[in-house]
Amino acid sequence: MSVQTALFDAPGPRARRRHAILTVIGVVIAVGVLWVVIRKMGSANQLEGYMWSPFVTDPEVWTQYLLPGLWATLKAAALSVVLAGIFGIVFGMGRLSHLRAVRWVSGGVVEFFRSVPVLLMMIFFFFGWFSRADWMPNDLAPLAGVVLALTLYNGSVIAELVRSGVYSLPSGQAEAGLSIGLSPGQTLRSIQLPQALTAMLPALVGQLVVVLKDTALGTIILYPELLTSARTLGSAYANTVPAYIVVAVIFIVINYALTRLARFVEQWLTSRGHTAGPVTTTAPMLVEGPAEPGGVLGEESRLVGGRVQA
Amino acid sequence: MGEILSEYDVLGAFWVTIQLSVLSAIGSLLIGTVMAVLRVSPVAVLRLIGTSYVNIVRNTPLTLLMAFSVLGLSFILGLQLSDQATTNSYWWAVIMLSIYHGAFVCEALRSGVNTIPPGQAEAARAMGLTFGQSLSQVLLPQAFRGAIAPLGSTLIALIKNTTVAAVILGTAEAAGQLAEITENEGASLPTFFLFALGFVILTLPLGILFTNLSQRLSVKR
Repeated sequence: MSVQTALFDAPGPRARRRHAILTVIGVVIAVGVLWVVIRKMGSANQLEGYMWSPFVTDPEVWTQYLLPGLWATLKAAALSVVLAGIFGIVFGMGRLSHLRAVRWVSGGVVEFFRSVPVLLMMIFFFFGWFSRADWMPNDLAPLAGVVLALTLYNGSVIAELVRSGVYSLPSGQAEAGLSIGLSPGQTLRSIQLPQALTAMLPALVGQLVVVLKDTALGTIILYPELLTSARTLGSAYANTVPAYIVVAVIFIVINYALTRLARFVEQWLTSRGHTAGPVTTTAPMLVEGPAEPGGVLGEESRLVGGRVQA
Repeated sequence: MGEILSEYDVLGAFWVTIQLSVLSAIGSLLIGTVMAVLRVSPVAVLRLIGTSYVNIVRNTPLTLLMAFSVLGLSFILGLQLSDQATTNSYWWAVIMLSIYHGAFVCEALRSGVNTIPPGQAEAARAMGLTFGQSLSQVLLPQAFRGAIAPLGSTLIALIKNTTVAAVILGTAEAAGQLAEITENEGASLPTFFLFALGFVILTLPLGILFTNLSQRLSVKR
């Protein structure tokens, strides 16, 4: 509520009257929009019982279409997140290395995959390689395309997370490690990384939402995920609009739950206070600036690999 | 390489990407601003409308919105934006990109408002500025400066996400074009890098510009 106290005075009698009028207007607009949507759907016969009843009465809707689709979506998302985590830690450490060549190569890789649209990678990997490779079983090719593209993109985001997490630790952490005789690499691995990884846990959970949403791109390269099952379900039961709405609700519920989980982890970490740095809630953005919620790239704390950057 | 460039309309595809980006950037800025005003308003119902919009749109895949716009809204509910199928898809792509990124613009603007310490508003009030004066002289300039970086990130994400319009636009747009070239000519790394380079050229200068702007205009605290 700090926003409200910063922007507005406590309402007096006239402001309260104005708020009451605005409340009525808001309710009228919201109800009006809903009414238009429902009327439009009604006049296109989208509210008939037979369109919606299969979701309750026919178990095949779930066993044949939605659940396999959901399973494929979750499988691709889980695989991508695990692989992206490994990719991210390796290249994040690479960007923090004290060897200039390693730093540059990892930096180039991370920046490249972060700026190319995921869909371009997916299309190229699938149509270009996996769908025509002899060693790749046909039914695995789309999954491989989805997972590889999502791994490269989200892995690069996680690499940036690792880097900004280490940067936002107080420099005393690395100084303490170096002064007790640890090498720069040991300091990074045993002192800075564990704290950075803990602090970025909420941001990692938040990134899961991005991965889950992006698996829907798999429908373009014929991966049978949830969106694809919405389409096949819609043509099998002639209820395209209800099928899409149900699938959208599934996505919204899962992603909203993940967002709440991220907030819960953030509160838990903040109250536990096991890291010296701030807890990171969102992935670092492409444009760095003051309102960036993810990375606190303080100029003072860039002590990495025994090298203090001003 | 030269063959591919002469046989396929790569530049045309990127021109569509640029058009989609500009039109939906304007659209999402409009939607996002309205929603941000609702989300920081002192009226609970308006806040609820803004919050619901952001939570629903942000958690739905853009691919789903795109597919639904043409398969559901256009074909079944009969919301045709044009008699021509390609023009219809084009405008639906713009609308869906605007709706989707509007939610992110709203959050960017709100995070700009959130960078203002409450002391600023209190100081403005203590000096005797009216609500309108404190808003226009003290609060909004700071909120706008704070929102530059997240707005820039949203714009770059929007440019990359125009590729999702391939779901309904097909080869008219960069990702669809790459799909067709790759399917016909086989995998060629140079072609992929050409398309990747196209997006780097579109996004990199914007990234540098916005980073620069946000640092130059950042409020010293």
